[in-house]
Amino acid sequence: MRNLIFFFYKYYTFILFFTLELFSFVVLYQYNHYQRASFLNFTGGFASGFYETVNSTTNYFGLRNINDSLMAENARLRSQMLNAYYQNGFTQTSINDTLYKQQYEYISANVVNNSVGKRNNYITIDKGKSHGIKPDMGVISSNGIVGIVTSVSEHFSTIRSALNANTKISCMIQKNNAFGSLEWNGDNPKFSSLKYVNKHVPLNTNDEVVTSNFSMLFPQGLPVGKVYAHSIEAGDNFHGIKVELYTDFSTLKNVYVIRNIFKEEQETLQNNLKGDH
Amino acid sequence: MIIDFFKYITKLVFIVLIQLLVINNIELNTYINPYIYIIFILALPVTMKPWLVVSLSFFIGLIMDTFSSTPGLHMAASGFVGYFRSFYLEFACSKEDYEKQISPSLAKKGFAWFTFYTFLLTLLHHTVLFYLEIYSLSEFFRTFFRIITSTLFSVLIIVVSELLFYRNKESR
Repeated sequence: MRNLIFFFYKYYTFILFFTLELFSFVVLYQYNHYQRASFLNFTGGFASGFYETVNSTTNYFGLRNINDSLMAENARLRSQMLNAYYQNGFTQTSINDTLYKQQYEYISANVVNNSVGKRNNYITIDKGKSHGIKPDMGVISSNGIVGIVTSVSEHFSTIRSALNANTKISCMIQKNNAFGSLEWNGDNPKFSSLKYVNKHVPLNTNDEVVTSNFSMLFPQGLPVGKVYAHSIEAGDNFHGIKVELYTDFSTLKNVYVIRNIFKEEQETLQNNLKGDH
Repeated sequence: MIIDFFKYITKLVFIVLIQLLVINNIELNTYINPYIYIIFILALPVTMKPWLVVSLSFFIGLIMDTFSSTPGLHMAASGFVGYFRSFYLEFACSKEDYEKQISPSLAKKGFAWFTFYTFLLTLLHHTVLFYLEIYSLSEFFRTFFRIITSTLFSVLIIVVSELLFYRNKESR
């Protein structure tokens, strides 16, 4: 017993160091692998409040760019409205039907903190649990995809940006529906890479890359970017594709969080399937 | 003692604010990510008890984690710096330094000593931080290159800021 006490007395610094290191590794591992973001739910509200204060002062400098991008989006939406089309038919039967049911809802939010230069980038937005945001929702901007919600506090949420080693988004080439996984290699925030597209699929530069129908987070066919360069390494089964992203992460201000109303239903169904084996 | 405590808290807040509001916004390139907040750990007095240095290192790491949405990451990295600092100091400081209870700085220990000391511990910090951040060895060499460039940049910022403070003290 005396030896034990002596041992603790002699090595207490090391024991302290070791315990705290162990704690950090456990927290880090849990966060990376299970998205159990309890740590951030605990501390995040405070940090986000700080960033919002900073942001509310620096926001004024970017107002012109925000205006421009909102105007562009407005123009695009207006051109999609029904009254922007010339009606080319004689009759229009309106059916009070159950064919269309809303699947996706959009919640608009402002970016209060963002980075593009790190290997793993995160974005903080000013909407949270009280606005209906939950972890694992997709996030887009007016131009393209942005990322996936990882943790929410009452009034803020943290998004794992598409510029992050742990973010993998299911995408496809629009013209032939060949699907792959969008992963960032950490070099340039303007480009990402599309992996696991089979090499027999014909490809050209400037082909559109859109979100695929496999993802439960994003509606099918949202613009992501276009093929900037592609190549096949000898002995490789897949294309190496460099995608030029439509979203400009360095000037990101307004984003939309996507709520998939049928997500839980689809998940329960798929989990039932897993139980069969 | 109480005055010392408030002095360290003020310094900690100041350094964290500089890191968050100025240094984090540099974003020149994905290869240049300087982290200068470990100057707080580097500049603690040599006679400070090791357990207190380790605790303070974890504490500043915890604050950085809170503000950068990366639980555990900065904590693990700066904890290493806090633990290994005392070993290096035992080896690199003379008895006189311990008697005078100095805090390592450029003014007290000279340019070469201080730069090497900063470089060594910054390299340790960045190595742990960047490999834990990517969490795999799949981009080993790219991450290694990122560590080297970021370390050089961090050391540059720390040494230049020390030089500025050194000048100020001289002119007074």
